[in-house]
Amino acid sequence: MNDRNTAVRRVKSGALKASIYVSAAIVCVLAAAIAIVVLVKGLPHITLQFLTEKPSLLTGKIGILPNILNTLYIIFFTMVIVIPLGIGAAVYLNEYAKNKKLTGLIGLAAETLSGIPSIIYGLVGMLIFVQFCGFGTSLIAGAMTLVIMTLPTIMRTTEESLKAVPQSYREGALALGSGKWRMLRTVVLPSAVDGIITGVILAVGRITGESAALFFTAGMANEIYGFAQAASSGNAGSTLTVSLYMYAKERGEFDTAFAVAAILLILTLLLNFGAKYAQKHFAERT
Amino acid sequence: MERSVIVNSVSGESEAERRKDNVLRTLSKVSDKVMSGFFTICGSASIALVIVITAFLVSSGVPAIHEIGLKEFLLGKVWQPTAAEASYGILPFILSSFYATAAAVVISVPLGILTAVFITQFAGEKLASFLSSAVEMLAGIPSVVYGLLGMIYVVPAVRNTFGLPDGACLFAAVIVLAVMLLPSVISVSASAIRAVPHEYTEGSLALGADKTETIFKVILPAAKSGISAAVVLGIGRAVGEAMAVMMVSGNVPNMPKLFGSVRFLTTAVASEMSYSSGLHREALFSVALVLFVFILAINLVLNLLTRKGKN
Repeated sequence: MNDRNTAVRRVKSGALKASIYVSAAIVCVLAAAIAIVVLVKGLPHITLQFLTEKPSLLTGKIGILPNILNTLYIIFFTMVIVIPLGIGAAVYLNEYAKNKKLTGLIGLAAETLSGIPSIIYGLVGMLIFVQFCGFGTSLIAGAMTLVIMTLPTIMRTTEESLKAVPQSYREGALALGSGKWRMLRTVVLPSAVDGIITGVILAVGRITGESAALFFTAGMANEIYGFAQAASSGNAGSTLTVSLYMYAKERGEFDTAFAVAAILLILTLLLNFGAKYAQKHFAERT
Repeated sequence: MERSVIVNSVSGESEAERRKDNVLRTLSKVSDKVMSGFFTICGSASIALVIVITAFLVSSGVPAIHEIGLKEFLLGKVWQPTAAEASYGILPFILSSFYATAAAVVISVPLGILTAVFITQFAGEKLASFLSSAVEMLAGIPSVVYGLLGMIYVVPAVRNTFGLPDGACLFAAVIVLAVMLLPSVISVSASAIRAVPHEYTEGSLALGADKTETIFKVILPAAKSGISAAVVLGIGRAVGEAMAVMMVSGNVPNMPKLFGSVRFLTTAVASEMSYSSGLHREALFSVALVLFVFILAINLVLNLLTRKGKN
């Protein structure tokens, strides 16, 4: 009887252990397959001309320079607003707010914002920025929408590293006669720079991969804009992800779509690597 | 004031210098006040944004529901907003979203949890960090790339395997969603498993349980609330995904069938917004409002679970 029990236990354990190994293998193969397929099908189509020209229906040429520029513009505009806003909110939560209920409410609001799907952000961005604020379908309206979307990320990472700044730093600065703002500017924020950078990298990653929120806000145009044009209302433009969607779904240009996908994949890997490096670098320094 | 007096008596500062000192001190006080105001505004921004978003969604979504009738809208089986006798029933969207989410979660959660177990319990340091990087890569891949891969590989495979005229269907969407959920399920459950105290494991091993038994009878039950958070997070992701499923689901507003072309709450909004007008457009805002309510409910559950986990 005892022997049989042991045998049953062994078989059960073995089966469960096998399922663990099989699952890990499936995920591994899946990740490798996705990376290899995208790179193999995409990289051969990335040429200098592809990267440096705009598409033309007349000549049938395809180029993604406008989409690269639009992605950069949107990242820049979003960051210019969301970095101060997010850091400010984190500083408020960690350094100013004394009311537990209020901080709880702010945390809940931030969690709610991070749970809202991007298609709803797209719709709300259209209602608020495109129509209500009168920006029209434009890069600026897209960037404003993404500010709301990436705010919780910057807030969370900054707040975490603010929490890690030792209380004695603050006390020391105040004891030397510094005002609160001077203490924050010269002592606290510089010590929290790792969280800020991690948050920025994560937010840039999210923006690079975003499509649904930009569909109705930033639009689908493929024009090359100068900085001033990009910053003014009414100038629509598609980012890399939106252009991928258009090439794949609307035009059936799968080679182009895979080339864009390969670029996006490489950017993703670089950003992941950057976030890790930033964390490691700062962990060693402090 | 006092300090400057002392300093002055020591160094013999002039009147002008003392005045400069005072100006600087006032400036610092003013900037403290200004910055404190700035930080308070930033802090309340997220609350204000949630209120504004809710207000815009409710005010643009409610009129159409009012006009169509709540029951008609939520339980109507036919969505034909452009027909001569327009019909605005979104039950097909709700059910499609529900089925696709449930099926994707059923595939993705066991696979994800078992992989998290492998990463935390079986893999050596190097293999674990390699796998974590792979999972991070999967998490960072934009949804349109998943959609593209689904269009090129999953849809034809589904068509050939099941002998369908068109492979773009609910089943293809489920497969793509399941893959997209994996990274968040894996990373959240891995951190839940890592948080289980070592004493539990050691106690179980000391009582004669082997490693696998310890994992399934001690570690996973102890990590229950974190793992349920992973599941709920996955549900939220699946319900809210738009672009990838739009590329592989065929996008016809049928009642859901496993191998039939379907449309989801998200894709209904995404696919028709650009050309709709009048009541049709308002009805799309109502669809978004319904989606928003679902997401809020899911977030609420997630919130309760993570709170419980922290306690």
